[in-house]
Amino acid sequence: MNRINNICRLPSSEITDEAVFNSRRRFLRAACMASAASVIPALPAQETSKGHVLRYEGEMSYAQLPPRWMAGKLSQARQGKFSTREDATPWEYVTGYNNFYEFGTAKEDPAEHAADFNSDPWSVEISGEAEVTGKITLEDMLKPHDLEERIYRLRCVEAWSMVVPWIGFPLVDLIKRFRPTSAAKFVRFETLYDPKQMPGQRSRFSSIDYPYVEGLRMDEAVNELAFIAVGVYGNSLPPQNGAPLRLVVPWKYGFKSIKSIAKISFTKKRPKTTWEKAGPREYGFYANVNPSVDHPRWSQATERRLPSSLFSPNRIETIAFNGYGPQVAHLYSNMDLKRYF
Amino acid sequence: MKRVVNRGIKPLLFLFSLAPFFWCLSEVLLLVNGQPHSLGADPGKEIVHFNGQWALRFLILTLMVTPLRQLLAWSFLTRVRRMLGLFAFFYATLHVVSYAVFLLELQFVEIVADVIKRPYITVGFAAFILLIPLALTSNQWMIGRLRQRWRKLHKLVYLISVLVIIHFAWLTKSDYEEVIIYGLVVVLLLGFRLFRSGWLAQNFPVFTGRNAPG
Repeated sequence: MNRINNICRLPSSEITDEAVFNSRRRFLRAACMASAASVIPALPAQETSKGHVLRYEGEMSYAQLPPRWMAGKLSQARQGKFSTREDATPWEYVTGYNNFYEFGTAKEDPAEHAADFNSDPWSVEISGEAEVTGKITLEDMLKPHDLEERIYRLRCVEAWSMVVPWIGFPLVDLIKRFRPTSAAKFVRFETLYDPKQMPGQRSRFSSIDYPYVEGLRMDEAVNELAFIAVGVYGNSLPPQNGAPLRLVVPWKYGFKSIKSIAKISFTKKRPKTTWEKAGPREYGFYANVNPSVDHPRWSQATERRLPSSLFSPNRIETIAFNGYGPQVAHLYSNMDLKRYF
Repeated sequence: MKRVVNRGIKPLLFLFSLAPFFWCLSEVLLLVNGQPHSLGADPGKEIVHFNGQWALRFLILTLMVTPLRQLLAWSFLTRVRRMLGLFAFFYATLHVVSYAVFLLELQFVEIVADVIKRPYITVGFAAFILLIPLALTSNQWMIGRLRQRWRKLHKLVYLISVLVIIHFAWLTKSDYEEVIIYGLVVVLLLGFRLFRSGWLAQNFPVFTGRNAPG
């Protein structure tokens, strides 16, 4: 059954009534003051939003509440463009089924081992072919941007997929601030390297060279879909999802959406990405979702939309560019995508 | 005391060997009843992997019997070897069936395509096919009928072990720790037999410290 065409509006029961939402916020604020944790600021009396973002209201297991300035920005997030109408994957799977090998290779490992990951304070090092370089704190990085929600499909190279309501802002808006020169042909991203906090980075038998590196061609990076996410389901990113900020490029396989970004640089030459190095026959630089180019060891023609149940694994047809062809296909019109996989 | 051990060991081992199956079954029941379970977001894949792991573990346990018996003179072990081998086959069957049912929804065409096109599945499937005659001949009647040929047939377990390790290595994405450990154990267990059978001594005299014959 082809679920892509299934237009599912979020049932109104799932959207938190504004009055309830406000009263919960006041309770949470009181509870936080009692526990001497960060205080979540009270909402303005009038919320003039066009639409509610999807917000998870249940119990959260990670200990860190977002810093005050972040909580404020998150609470003002609005619905953005480019959101799919498909059902969002439930919170417990989005935050409980992750590939983040820095914290272990089993799907439950990141949620388990990243619980104490320290993502505050955080700064990102900007370098390379740009007029503005240097270290920028996360707070300064987010200050000028309004956060929006984008419910994107996420397609893993392992042939499973989810629908995730990210909160963030377009990558192009960030790039503009650093004013890359004409010599900058690619953007290179690097994950934090901290073996003390990330046990997977100490593994002796891994074919992965840490720190994790990913990259985009400049025209891909400034495409309207490329997104910097700092939150999911209305809250700040849990560590297992790449706290405190990550990339989301929904038309490519998930491994391109690098997590816990610590460095961004603008380069002349195409950066060698981590999975390219670990398996050059299997993982390419472009990694566009493409049902007609198989992975050497399995087919990419279909995917399992998670969560899958035992007797109906929810297999759906994979669509070229993960269904985002209208926005990105033109970037590759002259490229042989079988060669540049 | 020895008598208790001798009489109790087979039923006890039987129960312990079924434990993984019962754990998996209970998780599946939780899942289909909408209760919280630990199979994750992709339970089909989890179950396939779980059964595959236990098939490999029982295969290794089976291979450990002879070396342990020879090294420690634990003769009671021979009586459990057949049970261990059959449990390896049991979990291997569950592995193949759960793959066909949960991951490929019994689409016969897809299954055949996978076996042909995906080398790691070809190797895994070959290992399973080779296990079948071993399982079918694991009874007294067959041992009596085949005699010498039974021993030759069951030497296939060595080839099967190697195929299983290759299957596992081929489906590993980047973390080779688990498959390296299993691989080393299998190499050790097979190497032990080579050593014992004198094959090593004949062909690689350096291992015996004596001069080469002739």
